Amino acid sequence: MIGSVIAGIASSAVRLATPYLYAAIGETIGQLSGVLNLGVDGIMLMGAYVAFFIVLRTGSLSLGLISAAGIGAVLGLLMAFISVTLKAEQGISGIGLYIFGLGLSTLLFGMTVGHVQTIDGFPDLVIPGLSAIPVIGDIFFHHNILVYVAFALVPIAWFVLNRTPFGLKVRAAGQKPEAADSLGVNVERIRYMTVILGGTLSGVAGASLSIALLNTFQQNLTNGMGFIAVALVYFGGWRTSGVLLGALLFSTVNAIQVWLQVKGVNVPSDFALMMPYVVTILVLTAMAKRRVNTPAALNKPFERGES
Amino acid sequence: MVVAIGQRVETLEARGIVKRFPGVLANDHVDFDVRAGEIHALLGENGAGKSTLMKILYGLYRPDAGEILVNGAPVRFHSPLDAIRRGIGMVHQHFMLVPTFTVAENVALGLPSSRRVVLDLDRVSARIEELARLYGLHVDPSAEVRQLSVGEQQRVEILKVLYRGASLLILDEPTAVLTPQEVNELFQILRQMVDDGHGIIFISHKLHEVIGLSDRVTVLRDGRVVDTVPTAEATKEGLARLMVGREVLFRVDRPPVEQGDVRLAVEGLWAEGDAGLDALRGVDLEVRAGEILGLAGVSGNGQRELAEVIAGLRRPSRGRVMIDGRDVTGASPARLLDHGLSYIPEERMVDGTVGEFSVEENLILKDHHHPPYAHGIFLNFTRIAEESDRLIKDFDIKTPSRKTLVKSLSGGNIQKLILARELSRNPRVLVAAQPTRGLDVSATEYVHRRLIEQRGKGCAILLISEDLDEILNLADRIAVIYEGEIMGVVEREGVEVETLGLMMAGVRPDAVPAQGKGVVTEEQGDSAPKGNQKT
Repeated sequence: MIGSVIAGIASSAVRLATPYLYAAIGETIGQLSGVLNLGVDGIMLMGAYVAFFIVLRTGSLSLGLISAAGIGAVLGLLMAFISVTLKAEQGISGIGLYIFGLGLSTLLFGMTVGHVQTIDGFPDLVIPGLSAIPVIGDIFFHHNILVYVAFALVPIAWFVLNRTPFGLKVRAAGQKPEAADSLGVNVERIRYMTVILGGTLSGVAGASLSIALLNTFQQNLTNGMGFIAVALVYFGGWRTSGVLLGALLFSTVNAIQVWLQVKGVNVPSDFALMMPYVVTILVLTAMAKRRVNTPAALNKPFERGES
Repeated sequence: MVVAIGQRVETLEARGIVKRFPGVLANDHVDFDVRAGEIHALLGENGAGKSTLMKILYGLYRPDAGEILVNGAPVRFHSPLDAIRRGIGMVHQHFMLVPTFTVAENVALGLPSSRRVVLDLDRVSARIEELARLYGLHVDPSAEVRQLSVGEQQRVEILKVLYRGASLLILDEPTAVLTPQEVNELFQILRQMVDDGHGIIFISHKLHEVIGLSDRVTVLRDGRVVDTVPTAEATKEGLARLMVGREVLFRVDRPPVEQGDVRLAVEGLWAEGDAGLDALRGVDLEVRAGEILGLAGVSGNGQRELAEVIAGLRRPSRGRVMIDGRDVTGASPARLLDHGLSYIPEERMVDGTVGEFSVEENLILKDHHHPPYAHGIFLNFTRIAEESDRLIKDFDIKTPSRKTLVKSLSGGNIQKLILARELSRNPRVLVAAQPTRGLDVSATEYVHRRLIEQRGKGCAILLISEDLDEILNLADRIAVIYEGEIMGVVEREGVEVETLGLMMAGVRPDAVPAQGKGVVTEEQGDSAPKGNQKT
């Protein structure tokens, strides 16, 4: 009995980690190149809304997913334009982007849908063979495609960042852009690419909520998940493995919280809801001392010949 | 090999280069050329336009007029990549290395990989080792750059350039951060590269290096070429005259001064640097009235932390700081000012002045709260204006008015302003950190004169400098710091540069008597300028 409870919580933790993984991996890549995008949550909301709306109207899950990625890319481009080309203060423009995404998704939802509805999201894709493994199979191999892709993204992002010339340029742009520039690397173009990529992944993160995990949309569906994703990047020390660990820790606490509520365990629901956030703050505080990998040029617009 | 992307440069020529920045004509019809197999030195004061010219040759700036010719054919550079493709490489004064990357990663950055989308660091490392053997540029390709010494980092910079197949190298003040030994090694490497058919542009304002190394010298002044001469026909004095536009005195007169009591003493001082590591590890020093103690050492060996601890800007973890025999460890900067401590900080724009404040506001920063500048809780603007005008005149600060914002002044004039503020307080102890860094010959001369004048007035001066020539010119005694420890304290008279160089590299030669390590005691009266006895 206790075994199946743990397996249930673990399975739901793996599922719940999905949106965090997309958003935080995307944010990691952007931050490694030197751009802090605090607008992740806004992009996620737009991605979630667009995916939901498209699926509601057309029934096509893949079209919904692509649209969410597309709107994410467009908002990423906007963020890149503001922070890289216009060299605006990144923290402030990110908050602006968040409020924009929150407001616009609420408005469009009100205009086009109006009330909470559900759709049929991505179905579970049971992996033949692997899913039959006791416990492990239940925890890891009974999920929808977006969950698998999210976890696959972790080693892929690690490889791109650490084993390719492109990854080298990305990290150089965030650590010492003038060095990259002096070797003919176009720092601004690299940052555009990473921020657009980050936006795309945030859009997908939103879609994973609205058309794969929750299969619905409502105002402020993400409830601050995008900000948690940004926190996870710091938590993970700008390493993909660290981000994975953070996402799983966070989603596990979340899964426990959901389980407690569903089971009607006598814990005030407000307290249960608070848990993941309290854990975030505690963990980040504990980690604050060892921020060794911080990209040195994070949050700093690049201008040639200033140094 | 797969990596040589640069073409072979026989000649590189700049013709009639003009570059304007707002309010400045940085390059005014400059002609300059360099050939394969020669070292062409470019000499000039700060702001003479050397770096601008080089940045144009390297594609970082675009000229407003004039043309660049490689092997006789005109070229246009839109970015450094164009210059690199033409076989031109640049070693920047401030290293362009990513500290968290390995040597191989730094070299590979920006280059296509032989495995297309996957990095080929193993092949890059092999090629680095090949080049390293060829030119004596020994460095471990898998080492992280931040763990390398400054000299090693410079080798990485040169390797980066060679790896890209550059046959023409621009070196912007490459010796500024090196120990004398490292300078010698660098010169050997450069000569070998020239013998191998490379062309080198060597930028410096150190005359003896230019004379010792180069084949030709071009002197820039105020953005114009003053002259280009074969080095064999040049003299130090002649070049200095061309560079500054007047006669230059190289030796500062150091009249004998009666030394007094120990004014500043530092005992067993430990302190952490910004990274939380021990930057000072048991420093003992003492400076007497009428004495300049020079603290030599390569940048980043604890000099900054020591200055900050003495100035009350950083808390020591152990040890004591004494002024006039009184313990002032951990005292606030305000209290230290009352004890007669003046401080010329290393970062004159960051710690020395407020850029957004006017000249007069900066002049009264430390004394604004008491007469004559203040009257009760009010500022006395009449007196502030009078005093400011007097200091501007006395210290020859070139500023349009006392109301001008400090950020618009030149480095030399900002330093004069700081000197005016710090020295007009008639300090008992002066800590001068890198007081002439980035200043040109004229401004440096001025600062040196003022320091010697303070010494004559009986001030105890701790001169922290990475410029060994400066220390040799000014100091009565020389202490060398390495990794937060004092390697030894020696008398200026009769000291060998090689000895100091070894100490700067962390060698604590037994031949060098470790003086000045004694703790200050009352018995050590006026007569003994240094303490051998350990208490």
